[in-house]
Amino acid sequence: MQDAPLSRRVLLTSVASALGVHALHKAGLAQAPGQPRVPTVPPDPTKVPGAPLSELGRRSPFERPRRIAIGGAQGSSFAPLQDLCGIVTPADLHFERHHAGVPAIDPHRYKLLIHGMVERPTVFDLADLRRFPSVSHLYFLECSGNGGVSYGGARPDLSPQAIDGLTSTSEWTGVPLATLFREVGVKTGAKWLLAEGEDAAVMARSIPVDKAWDDALIAYGQNGEAVRPEQGYPVRLVLPGWEGNANVKWLRRIELADKPFMTREETSKYTDPLADGTARMFSFAMDAKSIITFPAYPVILPDRGWWEISGIAWSGRGRISRVDVSTDAGRRWAPADLQAPVLPKCHTRFRYLWNWDGTETTILSRAVDETGYVQPTLDQLRKARGVGTYYHFNHIREWRVRKDGAVMFGGEG
Amino acid sequence: MTAEIRAWDTDVMPDGTGLPPGSGTAAQGAEIYRRKCAACHGKTGTEGPFDRLAGREPRQAFPFGRDPRLVKTVGNYWPYATTLYDYLNRAMPLTAPGSLKPDEIYALVAFLLWRNEIVADTAVMDAQTLPRVFMPARDRFVLDNRRGGAEVR
Ligand code: HEC
Repeated sequence: MQDAPLSRRVLLTSVASALGVHALHKAGLAQAPGQPRVPTVPPDPTKVPGAPLSELGRRSPFERPRRIAIGGAQGSSFAPLQDLCGIVTPADLHFERHHAGVPAIDPHRYKLLIHGMVERPTVFDLADLRRFPSVSHLYFLECSGNGGVSYGGARPDLSPQAIDGLTSTSEWTGVPLATLFREVGVKTGAKWLLAEGEDAAVMARSIPVDKAWDDALIAYGQNGEAVRPEQGYPVRLVLPGWEGNANVKWLRRIELADKPFMTREETSKYTDPLADGTARMFSFAMDAKSIITFPAYPVILPDRGWWEISGIAWSGRGRISRVDVSTDAGRRWAPADLQAPVLPKCHTRFRYLWNWDGTETTILSRAVDETGYVQPTLDQLRKARGVGTYYHFNHIREWRVRKDGAVMFGGEG
Repeated sequence: MTAEIRAWDTDVMPDGTGLPPGSGTAAQGAEIYRRKCAACHGKTGTEGPFDRLAGREPRQAFPFGRDPRLVKTVGNYWPYATTLYDYLNRAMPLTAPGSLKPDEIYALVAFLLWRNEIVADTAVMDAQTLPRVFMPARDRFVLDNRRGGAEVR
């Protein structure tokens, strides 16, 4: 058995489990310059004792998923969507978008102030917040600029990470903002709240109060541990389904008022210019979207035959009700399997078995959410909003599969 | 707790709520701008390397949704002048956020509004005058009309 050539089944399994690593080797991409060499391991791990226990686990040295950071303290880092399975994003790979870097905050000195149109202006420390009944929910976050690269003529050599890496899913734990609102006695007539961070941009957004009563969360937990500094340690706002920027990190202050505050993130930033000469403001909800994460650039399919197309779909308006996949450039569509759990305002993993006949084709995915919204084509989105619009790029993503098995992003071509 | 509110409650609303005492002119602002801002936003507010702060073009029709090449500025896009005070007070200059005094901020706001041809070079910005400044793009904004369902908006 030992020296037998790899059976097809073994090959398929190893490719699928390593999400294309085999294909990368074939393409000579797995050992890109500057990357550490493949770690050395004993030839037979059953013949030497293994490593001892440890206080903190680490990834296998063979696994090197990395964010792609663009810009410094003002930039974004993209989550490696093609390296992830299931729906949860490991916290250290969660996408980032900061306006003035990651602040260092002492949790012992942390305070959340709620004031303005309330009966009892109140300062909560971290222990106060943790004392309230808590909830945990899996929610996606997505930067409203995510996918911008695919709107204006994208290059074909872009990975799922480079195109749509500004979205991630975590299990968020915290206290519903509604609980705190009852505690401070929000006055009738309060229609907006200002959510303000403790970063060097003192980043602030105006949020309709209804969202707070609905499902807003004051989160201190992420995937079973404290929220990571890059995601808002010690406390952030989570507004399920709403654009990332409004989910203010390092939250230190909430002020209630009868009108929006009109911060700098409510100007040319985070508004959507439309073809009719207007700009849409307070466009919070992230419409339904999906992207195939395998097979996708830089994967090269080594062989025709059975492949499992896999990807994620999500909607800021509720559950994903269906994901259609086309393997013939959009002529025919068939429903993909939705992998449980299928949760509202959360990434949903979809899978679709495909028997590739080795010819050139284009594969696409199209999400449908429970409101009946269907992920639009690029043309539909441009007709609705204009070619100059900015933010909320949720149109269908295409991947061109070449004869040689190379999979290229098909954006505009 | 009133101490916390006083220390943190710095936001400025379109009606001027939150604006502190103080005042400044474009001439005063030009000098502060040269020292504290020009390195990042350019000598006249248009050269970069970071966000362009001045420029009214294109003056007509607000065609940003039709043309991705247009550069958005305070002058051609922002709906409220008070936002400038609020933002400079929070976040600028980038390397020393929260360091500007009210008189300096009013002066910088006057300077930037003058550079955008929105106020005269003699205008004095203070808690009374700033909320009265009408921004050219003010009426361009519409509320989000996306509601889910079949229609793509
Ligand atoms: C070290 C570089 C740096 C300096 C110095 C600096 N800025 Fe900025 N400024 C930036 C960056 C970067 C941004 C964009 C930040 C972001 O996107 O969150 C910005 C954004 C702005 C904006 C918002 C522009 C828009 O259209 O959204 C204004 C207004 C502004 N700066 C004014 C000033 C003024 C006035 C000063 C001087 C007091 C100043 N800046 C000093 C780097 C700088």
